[in-house]
Amino acid sequence: MQRDTTLTFASRDVGASAAALQSGGPHLATSSVSAPRRNFDAGPRPAITIRGLKKHFGDTVLYDGFDLDIPKGHFISVFGPNGCGKSTLINLLSGLIPIDGGEILFDGRGVRDVTIGYVFQNYRDALFPWMNARHNIEYPLKVRGWTDALRQARVDELVAQFEVGFDLRRRPYELSGGQQQLVSILRALAPKPEVMFLDEPFSALDYEMTLFIRERLQTVFLQTGVTMLLVSHDLEEAVYLADNVLLLTKRPTRVADIVDVSSPRPRNEDTMSDPLFVATKARSLNIFKQEVRR
Amino acid sequence: MSRALALLKHPFWVGPLLIFLVWWVAAAGQWISPRLLPDPVSTIATLWGSMVDGSILRDFGGTLGRTLAAFAVAAALGVPVGIVLGSEVRIYRSLEFAIDFFRSTPATAMFPLFLLIFGIGEESKIGVAAFSAWLVIVFNVAYGVMNARPTRILAARVMGATRWRIFMDVMFFESLPQTFVGLRLGVSYALVVIIVAEMFIGASNGMGRRIIDAQQIFDLRQMYASIIATGCLGYGLNLFFLFIERTFLKWAGK
Repeated sequence: MQRDTTLTFASRDVGASAAALQSGGPHLATSSVSAPRRNFDAGPRPAITIRGLKKHFGDTVLYDGFDLDIPKGHFISVFGPNGCGKSTLINLLSGLIPIDGGEILFDGRGVRDVTIGYVFQNYRDALFPWMNARHNIEYPLKVRGWTDALRQARVDELVAQFEVGFDLRRRPYELSGGQQQLVSILRALAPKPEVMFLDEPFSALDYEMTLFIRERLQTVFLQTGVTMLLVSHDLEEAVYLADNVLLLTKRPTRVADIVDVSSPRPRNEDTMSDPLFVATKARSLNIFKQEVRR
Repeated sequence: MSRALALLKHPFWVGPLLIFLVWWVAAAGQWISPRLLPDPVSTIATLWGSMVDGSILRDFGGTLGRTLAAFAVAAALGVPVGIVLGSEVRIYRSLEFAIDFFRSTPATAMFPLFLLIFGIGEESKIGVAAFSAWLVIVFNVAYGVMNARPTRILAARVMGATRWRIFMDVMFFESLPQTFVGLRLGVSYALVVIIVAEMFIGASNGMGRRIIDAQQIFDLRQMYASIIATGCLGYGLNLFFLFIERTFLKWAGK
């Protein structure tokens, strides 16, 4: 259902982007001629280096020699056709599912030696209902052996930073969906991760909550500069939050293209109607549609 | 006034009152022979009398003690075994048939065997009741561990928790609601077996013994009174476990 609406919106946006092209948007003019990018210009020390990644499920080959360098401090949205393994990619990177071959290194280290944060799509299943919200946020710190005082100080810091307006002594199930997902995000952020993975964190939320959490997430990113990988099924959201949109092909999955989103931050509702934003989105959509048709 | 309203809102008393009235009418109208059904008022008076003279309390205490002993043995042996079976699905699968087989075997069929092993003392009664409760506890605990939500386990793992930590901090809590279902069923099973054992294996006291004794000497009022008291015992145990569940497992299923 949602996908349908996205597509209708999108076809209108293609018209808008054509208009933007007429008016001579420099970004679009260059990008429409340049060859698709297969990798990031990740700089000398990328946050994550993926080399020759292999993964199959039964007879289905998902990744077969996948290479990518993920730049440090970027917000990257992962977008692609159904079943191309968007979520699988971040699950492989975060070590939630084992790889069949290849290598994934976080600045030279394996995932076990790196502090990462992971925000699940289903916050209800990911939070611990036998602990209150505060203890949920503290849990990764407890695992790391932080003292009680340090843990409390860290949570207080997060609460102040993100203006948490609800009582953290409540259990997760006593909070609204948006509040629960915010608790999940804070829990992922608590140990100061080097990389944050977000697997469709908005898809179980209503639109109002989605907007709210989206803003908080942008604030998190602006304040911490932590490398973020967001899997999204909503192109507008993917573009809105990202520095770069990583577009994937159908299986076996490769990088279709990498689209830079140069709209200035902080972004807001006006950004979404800004010609540059609209053009970027249209370009991403075009690449996506080519991949789906292929 | 508000008390009366509360009684109307939660009409739990309607059922017992209805039973009492039907019983009373049936007995007064002699729909059923008084040789089989005494009137409710004198039955309750008998129950009261047995409580005042303390005779029923001794039997009540005997049955309660045996049931709790059997339950304690079953829980102490059942919860750890259930956890081990549940956390290693391969072990569970290889024992599933055996567990299901014994779970489907009426515990009473094992009486002679337990008599052979333990003799006719308390051990055989408690043993067979504990065995019956143990199976249902093992089954439910294992099931609870196996059905721990995978996302929670993954969440703990991605936060860097070790296997042991995940087990203590996540799996244990995840399995608790189902464990409590097992414990509640276990105590009910234990009571059933203890009552039957008291009737047929023999015991110096106990509600089973009391009921069968009353029946043997045709003291119908005492028999009915003892059945009601036994019912209260079972219901009370159930209520106690529900209370524990509702107090400590408010988060279950959330």
